[in-house]
Amino acid sequence: MLLAGGQTLLRDMKHGRHSPTSLVDITGVVPRQIERRGDAMSIGAGVTHTEVASSATLRRHLPVLADLVGHIGDPAVRNRGTLGGALAANEPAGDYPAACLALGAAIHTTGRTIAASEFFVGDRRTALESGEIVIGATFPITERAGYVKFLNPAARYAMVGVFAAVTGEGRPRVAVTGARTNGAFRWWEVESALATAFTPRGLNDARLSLEGLIEDLFADAAYRAHLAGVLARRAVALAAGPAPGVMVLSHGSRSRTEVVHA
Amino acid sequence: MDSRLVPSQPPATPPYGERAGIGDRIPRLEDERYLRGGSRYVSDLIATSRALRVRVLRSPHAHARIVSVDASSARTFPGVVGVLTPDEVMNVGDLPCEWAAPGMAVVPLHPVLARDRTRYVGQPIAAVAAETTHAADDALGAIAVAYDPLPAVADQEVAIKEAAPRLHDAVPGNVAFRFRRTGGDVGRAFADAEIVIRRRLTNSRVSPAPLEGRVVLSDFDPRAGRLTHYTSSQLPHTHARLLGGCIGLPLHKLRLVAPDIGGGFGAKLGFYAEDVLCALLSMRTGRPCAWSEGRGESFLATTHGRDQIQYVELAARRDGRVLGLRGRVIADLGAYALGMGPGVPSINTGISVTGPYDIPHADIEIIGVYTNRTPTGPYRGAGHPEATFLIERLMDDLARELERDPAELRRANFVSSAAMPHRLPTGFTLDSGDYAANLDAALALASYADLRRRQVRLRAEGRYLGIGLATFSASSAASPSIAMGAIGFAMTGHEGARVVVHADGRATVFCGAQSTGQGHATSLAQIAASVLGILPNDIEVVEGDTQVVPLGTGTFNSRSMAVGGSAVYEAAHRIIHKARRIAAYKLQRRPRDLVYEGGVFSVNAHAGATASIAHATKRVVQKVVPLVFKRRSGFELPTMQRAADAVTFAEVAREAHLGHDLPLGMAPGLDETYFFDPKDVVFDYGAHVVLVEVDTDTGHVALLRHVVVDDCGRVINPLLVEGQVHGGAAQGIGQALMEAMVHDGNGEPLVSGFNDYAMPRAADLPLFETGRTEVRTPANPLGARGVGEGATIGATPAVVNAVLDALAPLGVTDISIPMTPMRVWRAIRAARGVSAADVGERESDRSRSTVGLPID
Amino acid sequence: MSEVSMSVNGRTARGVVEGRTMLVDFLREGLGLTGTHVGCDTTQCGACVVHVNGLPMKSCTMLALQCEGADVTTIEGLAANGAPLHPMQAAFREHHALQCGYCTSGMVMMAVDIARRIGEPDEATIREELKGNICRCTGYHHIVEAIAAGAKAMALPQT
Repeated sequence: MLLAGGQTLLRDMKHGRHSPTSLVDITGVVPRQIERRGDAMSIGAGVTHTEVASSATLRRHLPVLADLVGHIGDPAVRNRGTLGGALAANEPAGDYPAACLALGAAIHTTGRTIAASEFFVGDRRTALESGEIVIGATFPITERAGYVKFLNPAARYAMVGVFAAVTGEGRPRVAVTGARTNGAFRWWEVESALATAFTPRGLNDARLSLEGLIEDLFADAAYRAHLAGVLARRAVALAAGPAPGVMVLSHGSRSRTEVVHA
Repeated sequence: MDSRLVPSQPPATPPYGERAGIGDRIPRLEDERYLRGGSRYVSDLIATSRALRVRVLRSPHAHARIVSVDASSARTFPGVVGVLTPDEVMNVGDLPCEWAAPGMAVVPLHPVLARDRTRYVGQPIAAVAAETTHAADDALGAIAVAYDPLPAVADQEVAIKEAAPRLHDAVPGNVAFRFRRTGGDVGRAFADAEIVIRRRLTNSRVSPAPLEGRVVLSDFDPRAGRLTHYTSSQLPHTHARLLGGCIGLPLHKLRLVAPDIGGGFGAKLGFYAEDVLCALLSMRTGRPCAWSEGRGESFLATTHGRDQIQYVELAARRDGRVLGLRGRVIADLGAYALGMGPGVPSINTGISVTGPYDIPHADIEIIGVYTNRTPTGPYRGAGHPEATFLIERLMDDLARELERDPAELRRANFVSSAAMPHRLPTGFTLDSGDYAANLDAALALASYADLRRRQVRLRAEGRYLGIGLATFSASSAASPSIAMGAIGFAMTGHEGARVVVHADGRATVFCGAQSTGQGHATSLAQIAASVLGILPNDIEVVEGDTQVVPLGTGTFNSRSMAVGGSAVYEAAHRIIHKARRIAAYKLQRRPRDLVYEGGVFSVNAHAGATASIAHATKRVVQKVVPLVFKRRSGFELPTMQRAADAVTFAEVAREAHLGHDLPLGMAPGLDETYFFDPKDVVFDYGAHVVLVEVDTDTGHVALLRHVVVDDCGRVINPLLVEGQVHGGAAQGIGQALMEAMVHDGNGEPLVSGFNDYAMPRAADLPLFETGRTEVRTPANPLGARGVGEGATIGATPAVVNAVLDALAPLGVTDISIPMTPMRVWRAIRAARGVSAADVGERESDRSRSTVGLPID
Repeated sequence: MSEVSMSVNGRTARGVVEGRTMLVDFLREGLGLTGTHVGCDTTQCGACVVHVNGLPMKSCTMLALQCEGADVTTIEGLAANGAPLHPMQAAFREHHALQCGYCTSGMVMMAVDIARRIGEPDEATIREELKGNICRCTGYHHIVEAIAAGAKAMALPQT
């Protein structure tokens, strides 16, 4: 099996979810660029979350992504976790998959380029074929984007996370993570509601259907369905507002907003 | 009674090594070692040893008959040196129950390895000792166990129903005990009541979760027949006694050492199977055997805390005067009577339900119940948090019913300080305390009136600010020893200390208490330093080694300063008493004519005429000895220097060791032991004021402020007291908002690690605002109460009351703990009358999401 | 079994490890550096944080072999034996930021990194940065104060 930062794989190995006979460390061979290419940011698969979060280039052109990645896990985990690892893992509550779907990213592999909408196919599964390795991703730049997530108090990843963006062509895109067992997905009903105007006002009744929602100790299907609606409204408000960025809600915590000034 | 508000101060650091004593805010003496990576936890001893690694096979079933255990294949695995199966430990004693509830006729003990039945997921079935952990794990997988699953029950209310599966054949209805305390005339009180508050409350099951799991290194020397047993124990002496009893080893051949311990909180008070297993394996194999608890394992293998269902009623008059309290508490003991498990809800909860209030009529029945879950045991507060939760929820509900300010209502019902000592209707006696002044201090620190005004303003803006109060009074330093038997407690109530002064005037303090992070190396040194007149830096505190400290009780129930510290204090006084006699002899004075200050004995300049006469007499008398000596032996005694008017403590110490010139008949040495056995418990009390804001869209609770004013009596070190308050409050908050040990209806644990068990992080908590009142208790020479548990006891109900206060305008009256965002949201929805159908919720979703936790 | 070699606290450290051996086990059992601790099995608690090539990482979720040739600093390496405490260590002591001490080495190593990256972080930032470090004893209050003070001390010119 392929090993990059190991924050997912090694953790899973310790719990017996994988028992590979050999590991190939690819951290030295995958690309590590962060650069602007046309209207998009190109990030190599080997870039760590810390590097993404602190990249001056990324902060200048697509700061919402830098902040989203800067809130994955914790600082020590971010020094190991990589873009490639996060995309290949496609964890059900992963933040990167939501960003990819909402920004309309393209994922580049050793064999081809795959649109985000086709890359994430299900619970911890991607379109990668055997032997195919992620080498990077391209994120179209937009100034109107916002991500809101409410942390699971135990695992501290997204109980639900919603990424709302308006693409360069003016189309609304909303992606939800942490809600479905199959992982991140585009929320078509909300996107339709936003078609006429990119404002939370039309989303008052937004609620996910209960099909396929994750249920755990901290959130059952009904609560997740409701929370997704609330966070969608907040993500749209954030994206449409004067200071787009990332908001992380954590039970108990006083600090509610982390904004990036455009 | 002295009652002063002592507000919290910013840190001030005297230079390391400066003179300090009781009451001084000095950094800890022991920290440098930890900070440099020089800690010695048991796991550190294991890492650098060649000990065999022990792994335990645990039952995957909550309830099952064990048909067979076959380890024959496992024994042949590479690296395996020893295996233990149930039939090989038939002669080994069961794990004792050190605190059976009074009147408990049958006490089903936890066997070291399950015999014919296993009764909770995680119960030890077999053990393997191998050269590496991986080898042990591989062999474990080869032990074949045939189970015949039985129906299981995981909820105490279900367990006492007639149709419920029975865990222990001799215990019908799974009822371990019924413990009842009554006082006054509760029937009359409720008949006279103008208002009755009736509630069903749940106090959740939690895991103490110290960051260091349990860990054992057992080393039997077969040539000497001696066992040296390192273990993460809060009670080294008790555990040594129990271990010797279980494995049949005489205690003079057993040395138990608790080196550094990474937190206990009650989880390490229990005496567990793994200690016995490692000792037995070491005896079998002749090699040291080590076991280290994995985090996931800890949620199965180490006692949980709390877990009570409480049916309670409060009777009051319309003017706010509380008349009576009655209730029935159903406490889950888990699968066995283990350690201190049964005593915690019975005695501690049963006796404390009236809190700091003057409630003359009370009737409380505690029913202990067995369920197919990990046994419960003491957890920070141990029964008192549950009692405080009960009464503080009722008081707030009463206040809301009467539309009275919850602070006013409490103050009107406090036992006044003038009425102390005050006998509670449930049994114990409140020793002393000024609850009103304490509450006032908390309200002042919180600017309570301002908070209420702000709450009103924000409500007008559609924002939900909540202010929660809790006041508590909890017994600590359980004592005296003679009373222990009466309450079913098989352990001791005293504590001992030995102070030894070395030839250079520095000292070692040996104490039977056991620090697991409380900083005894500093606080006990400060006590000794105060009395001995030397620097804390010149005092070494030794705990946790039964070879070096032969007698002791340990640390629990916030007793270490009150009992252990008092023992140190008295032992140090005996030292000074003797030192003073030596100094007086040297100075040719009477002891009472000397002044001792700053480590120096000097002549009191104003001693008076009799002192001068005595001085002259002594000079004469002291000439006699050399004359007699010369006549008998022909030798001249060296002329002793008589310092004119002062002698230092170090000089006295040196003289005590050499013995060349001591008062006639005096034995050499400065070495004194004192056992302090208090006459009664003391009560630690305090008040919490918590400010929250609730986001009604998401159920998110923001903890904005947390004020605590604790009265722990005499403060030994304010810095350490603050630390205990902060940490204790954090654990109380954890239970209120996020922590829960959850099982499904069949006893299957749904929590396997920190991924499911929510531990509070730094971002969840505010800076705590702490203050102190200081009413010294007459119960011990220091005047110290306890402080280790108080903040946990008060924090949980304060946070719960704050959230309910925030949501009262929406009609929310109760949210069970932990108040997760989902539960808060559900309660708001229910109060708003939103039905399930309105939100497209399916019936099956609702019941599936119950997951063992009762939903409001 | 494979050989591994890395620099630990400024000295070359060699050992023979299994492929699956984590860095923390190599440090503790292979090198006897027991100052770094293990507190959980889900990469959450942070008791195992060390610096690898100058960055804090969770040594319980890194293979020792992945650190071949790396520069590792553990708590033992912050201040040499006999040398004065590192300013962050001193701040932890002064502010009573440790009780049982089990989380302390990971907490201090993370704190040093926070100070290096951010300079003089405020309370909210410190709390956010400690997301991956759990303490059960202190309630974090004194830890936050210690890190603020330690960061200030670290910002002073070192003589």
